[in-house]
Amino acid sequence: MKFFHAFRMLAVAAMLAATPARAVDLSIVSGDTGNGIKVLREILDRYEKESGNKVTIVVMPSSTTDQFGQYRLWLAAGNSDIDVYQTDVIWAPQLASQLVDLTAATKDVVATHFPSIIQSQTVDGKLVALPIFTDAPALYYRKDLLDKYGAKVPVTWKELADTARLIVDKERAAGNRDVWGFVFQGNAYEGLTCNALEWVMSNGGGQIIEPDGTISINNSQAAAALDMAKGWIGTISPAGVLAYQEEESRGVWQTGNAVFMRNWPYAYALGNSEGSPIKGKFDVAPLPAGTGEGARPAAALGGWNLAVSKYSKNPDTAIELVKFIASPEMQKYRTLKTSNLPTIQALYDDADIAREQPIVPRWKRIFLNATPRPSAAVKVKYNEASSQFWNAVHETMTGEGSAADNLADLEATLTKLKGSGW
Amino acid sequence: MPGTARAPLPPSRLMRQRVRSAWLFLAPMLLVLAAIAGWPLVRTVYFSFTDASLSDLEARQWVGFANYFSVLHLPSGRTIYDGLLVDPVWWGAVWNTVRFTVVSVSCETVLGMIVALVLNAEFAGRGIVRAAILIPWAIPTIVSAKMWQWMLNDQFGIINVVLLNLGLIDGKIAWTASADTAMVAVLIVDIWKTTPFMALLILAALQMLPGEIIEVAKLDGANSWQIFWRVTLPLIRRAVMVAVIFRALDALRIFDLIYVLTPNNVHTKSMSVFARENLFEFDKFAYGSAASTLLFLILALLTISYIRIGRISLDGGR
Repeated sequence: MKFFHAFRMLAVAAMLAATPARAVDLSIVSGDTGNGIKVLREILDRYEKESGNKVTIVVMPSSTTDQFGQYRLWLAAGNSDIDVYQTDVIWAPQLASQLVDLTAATKDVVATHFPSIIQSQTVDGKLVALPIFTDAPALYYRKDLLDKYGAKVPVTWKELADTARLIVDKERAAGNRDVWGFVFQGNAYEGLTCNALEWVMSNGGGQIIEPDGTISINNSQAAAALDMAKGWIGTISPAGVLAYQEEESRGVWQTGNAVFMRNWPYAYALGNSEGSPIKGKFDVAPLPAGTGEGARPAAALGGWNLAVSKYSKNPDTAIELVKFIASPEMQKYRTLKTSNLPTIQALYDDADIAREQPIVPRWKRIFLNATPRPSAAVKVKYNEASSQFWNAVHETMTGEGSAADNLADLEATLTKLKGSGW
Repeated sequence: MPGTARAPLPPSRLMRQRVRSAWLFLAPMLLVLAAIAGWPLVRTVYFSFTDASLSDLEARQWVGFANYFSVLHLPSGRTIYDGLLVDPVWWGAVWNTVRFTVVSVSCETVLGMIVALVLNAEFAGRGIVRAAILIPWAIPTIVSAKMWQWMLNDQFGIINVVLLNLGLIDGKIAWTASADTAMVAVLIVDIWKTTPFMALLILAALQMLPGEIIEVAKLDGANSWQIFWRVTLPLIRRAVMVAVIFRALDALRIFDLIYVLTPNNVHTKSMSVFARENLFEFDKFAYGSAASTLLFLILALLTISYIRIGRISLDGGR
């Protein structure tokens, strides 16, 4: 009798399990800086409550270079464990063939986003990822220190170096031994490509590889830009900056040990968060310009998007999730928490955002004029081209060969990589 | 039959049966090995002769040795050599790896020997010390690499603070950033991590030594130094050589430590890091496969020559 009872229980359980479950389990993979993952979790909690589905975050390192290798491997293996990928703005052409076309499913919402961002995620007429935030770097500066020494916010790199040196010398003399002038992302990785592209562009040295595919990097203005940056090492920037990514430079900055920092907008909200030693003591400005012919301030365009894997078992639910995270309400929530720049045009006029994260409305113009990395022109060879560029820059900065020689070598290896065409 | 004793006997039924059951028992292990080691190896070698790309593995075509070496005659009369065998980045990675292996394994052997000799002595609390010394080996490499990355950080790292306070350096060192110190940093962490492994293997050999031999040497008036060089070392030589092989094989395929500490630095890039970069990051799956294949060949070659030179027998005999 007891046995029969147990059997019946088992049968009921089996039936319950077999009935088509309404709730779906999804997983999203993301590597983010600062409090990005925490905020994503909060957004997903709201999604779970509204939809009844469950979403797991698979957390990756924040370096885009590290993430890409893993994603590519998973996609090549047809991995169905990951439904949604958070993708860098430069990846679209490289991963397009393994991502779901979102064009039809997002017809109703694409018009609310900036057309240039949608364009960057469109490959051969196919929308491969929906943007959730965009990025354009800022020059962070310590208002209090600049005021203390009567210095102006620099508009050229030379002014930046002079101001930094002045303040560092005086601060050190006053006993503040750990202070540095300028921190940025100097590690040999994708971030250095962004930083160095800005130096070269702002000095009128072109954009490494032009939109038509021409390799333009071997020119005297580009070499002058790298020589300038090399001059910072050990003087206004710690030698260790050549091993810093975003979070390491923010570490020096947010402990109050740097006068200037080049970083993405995410550091704005964190710098002003409760308990931050520099809360209320800093502000942001556009990155400085160089001094050569055609010099102008330049900013590398960043930004992150959500893509649905072709191998997802629940692509429709996954697309729903992507649309939820990219929706105006959630982008606003994210921006209020992280100061990430939204991709929805209307949010730049939002009163709450303007009050809580004043950087955002000010940055609209900057990101609209930001320079994309040459990923669209170079397509699948972008990672290798970028790695050759950052290696040449890193070598120059560590003192292995002159900027002019390294750029001449770079032109040769890029030409070889290009072969008959990108 | 005394006359036929030397001639090979036809295998008895019992013998045949035993051989058969031996194969039967070995079969599952051989199958598993073939599936998890043999098949991937064969696939990798195969891919290295194609132009496979991770975006679409099925579209690959056979290209022969082009990934290893190819010659292109331009109409202008110039000749261009291409392929892994003439790639300076690859040979830089080979040199980095070999240099890393030689330095790290030598240091680990000497330090491991010292630690093993100390632990072999009788003293109070020996058990605890033995367990404690194994801790670095027990921590997963990723965790210890990350830990050291923070300790080596130029601004907030504890190593710079300690050295600065002791007055050994006059400015903070950017350990993982500069070309001169990046390899040193990687070596420090690796030696810290794997010396316990060496110490353990050598200690095991030391404990196998019969105590009487040492006693006899002492009676004959040999001092401790002589005993070590003339008695102990020759007796544990074989064990040390085997330990060195294990370590060298491990060091030659070093990946995780470098990947965490200095991932893209050309001065520390090892063969495995080079292969991974080409396989997954760049659109060069076939080229990366070729690098993996060469890595395997180099490893095999070095091991074989080491065994030959050291005249080590791995099957227990002399």
